[in-house]
Amino acid sequence: MTFKFLYDFSILTQAIDKAITGSMSPFWAMITEMTIIGVLILAFYAVVGLYLVYAERKVCAFMQNRVGPNRVGPWGFFQTIADLIKLLMKELIPIKAADKLLFNIAPFIVIIAGFMAIAAVPFAKGLHAVDFNIGVFYVMAVSSIGVIGILLAGWSSNNKYSLIGAMRSGAQIVSYELSVGMSLITIVILAGSMQLSTIVEGQHDLWFIFKGHVPAIIAFIVFLIAGTAETNRGPFDLAEAESELTAGFHVEYSGIKFAFFFLAEYMNMFIVASIAATVFLGGWMPFHIPGLEGFNHVMDYIPPFLWYFVKTAFVIFLMMWFKWTFPRLRIDQLLTLEWKYLLPINLFNILLMALMVLMGWYF
Amino acid sequence: MTSNQIMFAIFSGIIVLFSILTVTTKRILRAAVYLLFVLISTAGLYFMLNYQFLAAVQITLYAGGIVVLIIFSILLTSHISEKFEATEMKKSIFSAIAAISGAILTILTILQYPFVASQAPAKEVNMDLIGKSLLSYNVDGYVLPFEVISILLLAAMIAAIVIAKKQNAK
Repeated sequence: MTFKFLYDFSILTQAIDKAITGSMSPFWAMITEMTIIGVLILAFYAVVGLYLVYAERKVCAFMQNRVGPNRVGPWGFFQTIADLIKLLMKELIPIKAADKLLFNIAPFIVIIAGFMAIAAVPFAKGLHAVDFNIGVFYVMAVSSIGVIGILLAGWSSNNKYSLIGAMRSGAQIVSYELSVGMSLITIVILAGSMQLSTIVEGQHDLWFIFKGHVPAIIAFIVFLIAGTAETNRGPFDLAEAESELTAGFHVEYSGIKFAFFFLAEYMNMFIVASIAATVFLGGWMPFHIPGLEGFNHVMDYIPPFLWYFVKTAFVIFLMMWFKWTFPRLRIDQLLTLEWKYLLPINLFNILLMALMVLMGWYF
Repeated sequence: MTSNQIMFAIFSGIIVLFSILTVTTKRILRAAVYLLFVLISTAGLYFMLNYQFLAAVQITLYAGGIVVLIIFSILLTSHISEKFEATEMKKSIFSAIAAISGAILTILTILQYPFVASQAPAKEVNMDLIGKSLLSYNVDGYVLPFEVISILLLAAMIAAIVIAKKQNAK
């Protein structure tokens, strides 16, 4: 079958690797491969970011009983590309009283954090750029750098609205990071590994959300809430609350620098959704039920990357649904939710999961 | 030069350059950002050693934790127009002598150690092993220091809450 690589990308990647290492010295082969992977991930980053913006506008429109973008291309499909071209041609307004160095570095820190995190996501079987044995921990570590960019952007703009936005955003991300980490640890206990490829392989008979039933479902819900908060999205978007802070930390940015923040926000949503899909919903693993061999075989015919994208899209849709149906929280409500509810629930949930794994009370 | 050496040169160059910039810049938030670059490059060195766990710990704790705290306190206390005054000549000379003599002492000690180059491929550090030795009370176990540090941190956290609490709140 010629399309066999759709089911196992390692065939394709190994062929490319062989071709490259065969034609040049190991040093240049490594450089070439790293460049190819970097460019691919960068292109993926841009395309997914653009189409998430489109998806958000469409979902928002349907929830508000509108049509949404419908002029550029069929169903407005090329609207966000037109928007991007417009943003690229906008003037970059220099801020006289700003700290110029930090003002210019800040968008890159946010982008780099997302870029490093997305490299660790397993997209399909054999399509996985960085596979450390501490995968989950690595993703959490690199995504924690992003908040520095937001704080720097807010402070260096020399604007009180952006400073308040950055402070809110910092307090929010630092506190919700804890819940994200702990809900992932709950599943790490069940999986017995932090390596993302092992976690996906471990779900070959049943996804972890079904395997770990009650504690896994609690962890999934906590992860969704905390993940939405970590990406600064509504109902937790008080960092850029339009009605009170104009646009929060990125109010002074224009043109492509603003586009960087905008893109990073959507990519962070994509990363959170990918991690949720990988850790709880089996990643690229097809839906299998132990005992039903025929059913499992039928499911195997759907290519792994399709499974991955459908699951990620599902989680993204959930997050958009939150944004357009819940009202924005106040800062005190936000911190109460994290420290008084999510954190204790999480700590108890970890104990529950440990007990279940110890007693073998999972499927 | 092998690719490993090139990477090492890049990382150590960044570390040296930004360490100097951290202590010489006149703007406090820039110093924090240069420190961030130093810490992240150190994590890069750990990645080169195939010790991903330590690298991730370095990024989470130092870059994502401590630098964020530093930046946060700067955001709360200082204004963008503030700049450090130039330090006195005497002070800078004395601190330079102290730093350089410390560096010479360390380098001399390191050079005395006979490093044997090994051709064996770098091993990946096993996470299971780290977890087990952290919680083991046998030889090579670290459960006592682990627990002692946990109690210390707990005490520090409670102390911080007590200090921050309003006096008349009952």
